[in-house]
Amino acid sequence: MSTPTDDILKQAVDELATTTDLTSLDAIRVHYLGKKGVFTAQMKELGRLEPEQRKAAGQVINQAKDAFQEKLDAKKIELEHAALAARLANERIDVTLAGRGQKVGGLHPVTTTLRRINKIFASVGFQVVEGPEIEDDYHNFEALNIPAHHPARAMHDTFYFDAHRVLRTHTSPVQIRVMESQTPPLKVIAPGRVYRCDSDITHTPMFHQVEGFLVDTDVSFADLKGVVYEFLRAFFEKDIQVRFRPSYFPFTEPSAEVDIECVICGGEGCRVCSHTGWLEVMGCGMIHPEVFKSVNIDSEKYSGFAFGMGVERLAMLRYGINDLRLFFENDLKFLQQFN
Amino acid sequence: MKISETWLRTYVNPALSTEELVAQITMAGLEVDAVESVAAEFSGVVVGEVVEMEKHPDADKLNVCRVNVGEAELLQIVCGAANVRVGLKIPAALCGAILPGDFKIKPSKLRGVESFGMLCSAKELGLVAEAEGLMELPADAPIGTDIRAYLQLNDHSIEVDLTPNRADCLSVEGVAREVAVLNKMPLNIPAFEPVAITHLAKLSVSVEATAACPRYLGRVISGVNNQAETPLWMAERLRRSGLRSLSPLVDVTNYVLLELGQPLHVFDAAKLSGGITVRYAVNGETLELLNAQTMTFDEKCLVISDDESALAFAGVMGGSYSAVHEDTTSVFLECAFFAPLSIAGKARQFGLHTDSSHRFERGVDFELQNRAIERASQLILEICGGQAGDITDVTTTSELPKREPISFRETKLTKILGMSFAPENVCGILESLGMKVVAQPDGWLVTPPSFRFDIAIEADLIEEIARIHGYNNLPNNQILVRSSLNQATETVLDLDRVKDLLVDCGYQEAITYSFVDENLQKTIAPSAEFIRLKNPISADLAVMRTTLWGGLLTAALHNTNRQQTRVRLFESGLRFVQKDGETLQEKMLAGLALGNVAAEQWGETERAVDFYDVKADVEAMFALTGCTVQYVSDLNETLHPGQSAKILNENGELVGWLGMLHPTLEQQLGFETPVFLFELAQDLLLQKQHSSFKSLSKFPSVRRDLALLVKEETTAGDIIAAIQSCSEPLLQDAVIFDVYRGKGVEDGFKSVALSLVLQNQAQTLTDIEIDAIVSTFLDTLTQKTGAKLRD
Repeated sequence: MSTPTDDILKQAVDELATTTDLTSLDAIRVHYLGKKGVFTAQMKELGRLEPEQRKAAGQVINQAKDAFQEKLDAKKIELEHAALAARLANERIDVTLAGRGQKVGGLHPVTTTLRRINKIFASVGFQVVEGPEIEDDYHNFEALNIPAHHPARAMHDTFYFDAHRVLRTHTSPVQIRVMESQTPPLKVIAPGRVYRCDSDITHTPMFHQVEGFLVDTDVSFADLKGVVYEFLRAFFEKDIQVRFRPSYFPFTEPSAEVDIECVICGGEGCRVCSHTGWLEVMGCGMIHPEVFKSVNIDSEKYSGFAFGMGVERLAMLRYGINDLRLFFENDLKFLQQFN
Repeated sequence: MKISETWLRTYVNPALSTEELVAQITMAGLEVDAVESVAAEFSGVVVGEVVEMEKHPDADKLNVCRVNVGEAELLQIVCGAANVRVGLKIPAALCGAILPGDFKIKPSKLRGVESFGMLCSAKELGLVAEAEGLMELPADAPIGTDIRAYLQLNDHSIEVDLTPNRADCLSVEGVAREVAVLNKMPLNIPAFEPVAITHLAKLSVSVEATAACPRYLGRVISGVNNQAETPLWMAERLRRSGLRSLSPLVDVTNYVLLELGQPLHVFDAAKLSGGITVRYAVNGETLELLNAQTMTFDEKCLVISDDESALAFAGVMGGSYSAVHEDTTSVFLECAFFAPLSIAGKARQFGLHTDSSHRFERGVDFELQNRAIERASQLILEICGGQAGDITDVTTTSELPKREPISFRETKLTKILGMSFAPENVCGILESLGMKVVAQPDGWLVTPPSFRFDIAIEADLIEEIARIHGYNNLPNNQILVRSSLNQATETVLDLDRVKDLLVDCGYQEAITYSFVDENLQKTIAPSAEFIRLKNPISADLAVMRTTLWGGLLTAALHNTNRQQTRVRLFESGLRFVQKDGETLQEKMLAGLALGNVAAEQWGETERAVDFYDVKADVEAMFALTGCTVQYVSDLNETLHPGQSAKILNENGELVGWLGMLHPTLEQQLGFETPVFLFELAQDLLLQKQHSSFKSLSKFPSVRRDLALLVKEETTAGDIIAAIQSCSEPLLQDAVIFDVYRGKGVEDGFKSVALSLVLQNQAQTLTDIEIDAIVSTFLDTLTQKTGAKLRD
C-alpha cells in the first residue's frame, strides 16, 4: 500500500518527466523542496507523530527527498545539455564567408628583390650604403677612370643638369664615396636608382642597380668568382650554371660579364636568352689601380673587387616578368601579384 | 661590327664549327651578338649563260631565252627582266629547284610558251631585300656550277659587339689575330706587292696639327674609271659585313677599312686647289658633308683642307664637294693616323657616328698606314685602272703614341688571379698577342704592339693572361672574409619596418620616376623651385620632383582610369629641392589613399576614407619610433586649407604634411573622389627613442571624465596642450573620447568629453588630492581655451 510520501514522490517525478525547460524545472524544485515546499511541509508534519514513529517516518521522507533530488539533478544536467546544444545550433555561422577588416597591401617587386640581395650579402657582413642620385661628374665618371670624351661615356647615355652635374648612370660612384671616407677592409653593397637617357621596350630611363665591392689585402679574382657564384646560387635558390666572360669597364681590370644558364629554358635556348642558353646578369672585375689612386688607397697593399647588377633584370628572371615598363606603371593588378 | 665567317677563315681556319668558333671568341671577350646566314635557304640554282634570246610572241615584256646550264641541251626559259641579254651570266633555277620561301620551280607555260626554269635576281635568292633585274654574274663564272658553291653562300655574318677597349679587333684581320692566338695557329696574312709608281704628280701635304695627326699619307692616282664594276667577291664581302656597294673607289676604301681596320678617304683630285693642309678649323668655318649636313666647326675640330677651304671633317666624314663621283678620273687617296683624343667625342658632339670616327677615337694601329695605302692602291688599280704616283708621307715621329715597356711581376699576377702560371705559359701568351717580352728577375718587361691601345699597366697584362687562359679556368674561392660585428642601433628605425607597417595597413608600394612632367610639378607645387634636366627623354619626364606626390597622383590616376575605385599607395625615395642655389636631395616617404576606407566586404557599411583614417596610419608610424609629434593646422598649396596639418617633432622640426588634396587640384587632375596624402622626411620620421624602464605602480589608477563646453575654433590640440602645460606628474593619460554638437549645445560651441587618468607610484590617491588636480586642470583650461564645465 502506498504511503502519502510515495504518492508525493511519484507525482514529483512525473512532473519532472514532463518538464522541458530550466525555468519550470526550478519551479518544480521550489514547489517540492523549497522552504514552503511539499517535502518541507511533510517534515513539519513529523512533529505531530509519536516520538518513536518520528524517526522511521523521517527516514521515509528523507529517502524520498533524496531520490527526488537525484532525479532533479539529473534532469537539470539533461536540460542544460539540451539548452547548450540548442544554443550552439542556433549560433552556427557560415565559416566560408570572408573575414572583415583591412586587407594587407604589398611591397614593390623591386623592393622585394633588393631586400633579398641585401639579406644575402648582409649574411657575410656586407654593409648597405646609399649615395646621392644627382652626382657630380667627378664621382660618376672621372674618379672611375672615365675621363671626358672616353668612348665608354657613349655607353652611358647620361642625363645632364649642367656641365658638372648628372643623374648618376650607375651606383659605382658610391664606391668612390665610401673609399674616400673609410679605410679598408671594406665590404659594401650600394643599392639604388640609376638613370640613363634611353627608353624603349627593353630600357626605362630609370632603373635600379646594386653595386657591391670588397677591398682588403690579398683579394683576388678567385674571391670575386666565389662571391658571385655563391650569390647567384643563393638568389635563384638553385645550383645554377655560371660563366665569366672577359669584358671592359674603365673602373675594373680584369673585367668580366657574368652569364647564368637561362632560368626560363634551362639553357636549351629560348626567346628570352636569344637562343644562346645564357643570360647576362652582372658586370664585375678587380678594382682598377687608377680608381684606387683617385681615392688614395695604395694598390700595392690593397686589392679589391667590384660588381654591379640590374635589379629589374634579376626580378624579371626571378618572377618571370616579361615587360620592363610594368615596373613603373604601378598598376595595382601588377603590383598585387607580388603581395 | 659584322664580318663574314668565310673571309675570317681565309686568315685562320681552326677545326671548329661556326657555333664553337663563335663561343670561343665570345669567351675571349669579343662578344658575338648574332650569327646570320648570308643567304636564305635555296637549292637547284646554277650559273647559266643566255645563249639565244627572242621576243615572246604574245607578251611585250617577256623574252624567250635559251640558257646554257652546262647540260647537253640548252634550256628554254621565259624571262621578264629588263637586263636580260645574250651573253649574260646569271643564276638559273632549274626545274626541281627550291627558292627561298619554299618556292618550287616546275616546268610551266607563260602565255603559251613553255619555260623550264627561272632566271633569278639577287632578291629572289634572298641575298638582298630589294633588287632590280637579274643578278649579273662575272663573265668568267663557270657555267653549271652550283650558285651556292660559286658565291660561297654557305657563310655566316658574325656580328661582334666589341667593347671600346678592343679597337684592334675592328677588322677581319684583327679578329683573325685573336682566333689564331686562341687556337695557337699561325695567321695567314695575304701578301701583296706595293704598286709601281708610274707618274710624278704629287700634292704637297702640310700638317699643322701634328699632335692630332702624327702621320698623314697621301698619293695621287690618275686615270681611274669609277664606272667600273666592283668585283662580285668584294661586293659580297661588303654585303656580308653590312655595307652596300656604292662605287668602286668608295668600295675599296670600305673594303680596306674592314680588312685592316684603317679608315681611308678618296678625294676627287680635280676638285682640289693647291696642297693639302691638316689643321684645326677656324671658329665658324662651314662645310657640307657627304650626308648633306652642313657643319659649322669650332676651333677644336680637325679638318683636312686645300688652299681654299675645308674639304673633310678629319677622321669623321668627307665633304660633298670634293667627293668622288661617276666621272671622277683622278683621285687623292688619304691614309692617316689621327690621335684618339683629337677625334674622341667630336662625332658625338655633332650627332655624327661613322665607321671612321668609331675606329679613330678608339685607336687605329699607327704602324698600319703604309700597308693600308698600298693595299687600297693595289685594289684601285686592279678595279678602276689608273696610274699611281709616289706617296707623300708626313710623319711626326715624336707625336706618335708611345709603347712603353711595362714591368710585370709574377707575384702580382699570382696575387690578383689567385693562381700561379708557368713562366713559359705567360711568355707564350704575351708573345702570341704581339707583345715584346724580356725576362726580368721578378717577372717580365712587356712592350705592347702598336695595335693595342688598351695595354698600359700591369693590370692590363693580368687581364690578357686571364682572358687567354679562360676566365672559367681560373679558381673560385670560398668566401673567407674578415668581418666585424654589425651594430644593431636602436636610435634609428629601419625604413623597412615602416614600409612593412604601411603594407599591413593596406598600402601597395609604388616606384615612380624621379623626374616628372613640368606642368604637373607646377600644378601641384606652384611655388616650389625645381631643377630641370638639360636633355630630358620627353616633356613628361623633364624636371626633378620636389615632392613624391606627383608620381603617386599619376600612379593613382593610372589605376582609377582602369576601374580601380580604391587606391592606397606609398613610395620612398628622394625629392630634389632647390635652396639657396643648392639642390638638396631629401629622403621622403609619401602615401596616398582614395576610395573606401576598407575593401568592399559583407556586414559592414561602406565608408569613404577620411582625414582621420589616414592620420591613424601616420600615427602608427610614429608609434613605432616612439616620437611625439604635433599636428598643426596650416596651409599647404597642394592641400585643402581646412584639412591639412603640418607635423612637427618635439624640437619643432617639420617632419612632413598630411591632408586632403585641394578640391581644385582634385578636379583639375581628374579625380572623382577626395584624395588623402602624406609625405614625411625619413630622417626625422625614423629617429627612435630607445626604451627605458619605469617601475610599475602597485596602486590603482583613477579616471575622471570631464564634459567641456568650448568654442568651435578651439582644437583638440589646444585642450591637450593646456592639460600638458600643467606638467602634472601624476597624469598618466588624457584622451578626448567624444565631440558633440547639437541639442543642448549653443551654436558656435561644442561639447568635448575628456578623460583623465591619474596614478601615484607611492600611494592610493584620495578624493581630495584628485579634486585638487582636476580643479587645477579646469582652471588652466578655462584660462587658456575658455573652456567651461558643461552643466
